[in-house]
Amino acid sequence: MKTDISKQGLDVKWQDMTIGASIVHSGGSEQFNTGEWRVDRPIFLVDQCKQCLLCVPVCPDSSIPVVDGKRTDFDYDHCKGCGICAKVCPFGAIEMKKGVK
Amino acid sequence: MAIRERLSGNEAVSTAIRQINPDVMPAFPITPSTEIPQYVSSYVADGLIDTEFVAVESEHSAMSATIGASAAGARALTATSSAGLALMWEELHIASSDRVPVVLALVNRALSGPININADHSDGMGARDCGWIQLYSEDNQEAYDNMVMAFRIAEHPDVLLPVMVCQDGFITSHAVQNLLLLEDEKVKNFVGEYEPEDYLLNAKNPMAVGPYAVSSYYMEARRSMAQGMLNAKKVIMDVAKEYENLSGRGYNYFEEYQTKDADYVIVVMGSATGAAKDACDKLRAQGKKVGVLKIRVFRPFPAEELAAALKNVKAIAAMDRAESFSGNGGPMAAELKAALFGARQYPEVLSMVYGLGGRDITVEDMEMIYADLEAGNFDCKELPYRYVNVRE
Repeated sequence: MKTDISKQGLDVKWQDMTIGASIVHSGGSEQFNTGEWRVDRPIFLVDQCKQCLLCVPVCPDSSIPVVDGKRTDFDYDHCKGCGICAKVCPFGAIEMKKGVK
Repeated sequence: MAIRERLSGNEAVSTAIRQINPDVMPAFPITPSTEIPQYVSSYVADGLIDTEFVAVESEHSAMSATIGASAAGARALTATSSAGLALMWEELHIASSDRVPVVLALVNRALSGPININADHSDGMGARDCGWIQLYSEDNQEAYDNMVMAFRIAEHPDVLLPVMVCQDGFITSHAVQNLLLLEDEKVKNFVGEYEPEDYLLNAKNPMAVGPYAVSSYYMEARRSMAQGMLNAKKVIMDVAKEYENLSGRGYNYFEEYQTKDADYVIVVMGSATGAAKDACDKLRAQGKKVGVLKIRVFRPFPAEELAAALKNVKAIAAMDRAESFSGNGGPMAAELKAALFGARQYPEVLSMVYGLGGRDITVEDMEMIYADLEAGNFDCKELPYRYVNVRE
């Protein structure tokens, strides 16, 4: 039976947890809002961006969505604010806001 | 009609495994359980079963592969003893917390040191808090019967916890005894096919087994496991009832032998029960009100039922074939005392450690224990508990 991740949130009772905490079906991590772990927030400065897309493959959480060959704003539901994208950007188009979730 | 046979305990358990025909058996040899994987691999080589036998390089790997096979969707088991079980320590917890219904044939042997290959329960008792169901066998017949029942208990949806089927090294594992076997077909039908709802090899519905749980989830997961263990109490009895209808042999959490009107009771587990029963018979013939209570199911611990069975007893010898080094007696004695205290019953309970490393315990020893209980001799010298047959 497919696990309903939405019912396995922080308020889940022990009776409603899956047996062995197993998760049935793939891709469930997308439903899990790990963005709330973030302590520093990357800001996408669209005017500086040349769309070189160097930031996209280095993101460990696939949190930089690409539409029609162009990157868009961050997926804050899953971005954990590691800052690798900001380091790799040659144009200063990503600014890390310290202490901003 | 049952089949009359004479088998060693290891042969009896291996015969049950042949009749169950599990999907996977990873195992690593260790005395005195070595014969079990040896016999099973012979059955595989002879084409009697189609079990995938995995010759691993350690017990750590044996239990890991057993867990992996079970998570993949297979019915899997392994066998070990002593240091082998100690090396499985990490995986024992993983098996129970992943809720994989695997079975382990444990042939109880002392742990080092001094290094020793003979029977005691220090391996099984060391694993008593791993989330495994533990069935202790008095003799070869019980080892066979417990093995046939094990998967039915483990795989029940209300339980989903691994089961350890224990018997005493050499004393039952290598001694040959007359026993009754069920026909292959009857065992096959009793155990049935293993059809898990979700499993790793189901490509249509992939799953994650054993994920990380932060502190927000860990306690809920452990509480769920505890419920599986509590639920096992009913399932163990239901399976035993069904097995009794099939075999004519009835099982309970424990066996009460002459306890109904007994004032003095020896509580014991495993093969030493025979010596206690013989002593009990001799003293009963002299009109003494003595009895034996043999614990078969140690996990889940049948606390309430034990207290009820020992309600009118004056004094108890709680006999542990393991030293827990708590400084306060053996592990079973401690749990028995807690059970009695919980029921507001306060008989004398003399904790006794016996039979370590295969030290013999005789009918005469048991008679002396009864005599001490009757005479009110609970003197333990320097310890708060007593060592039986230790030179001092």
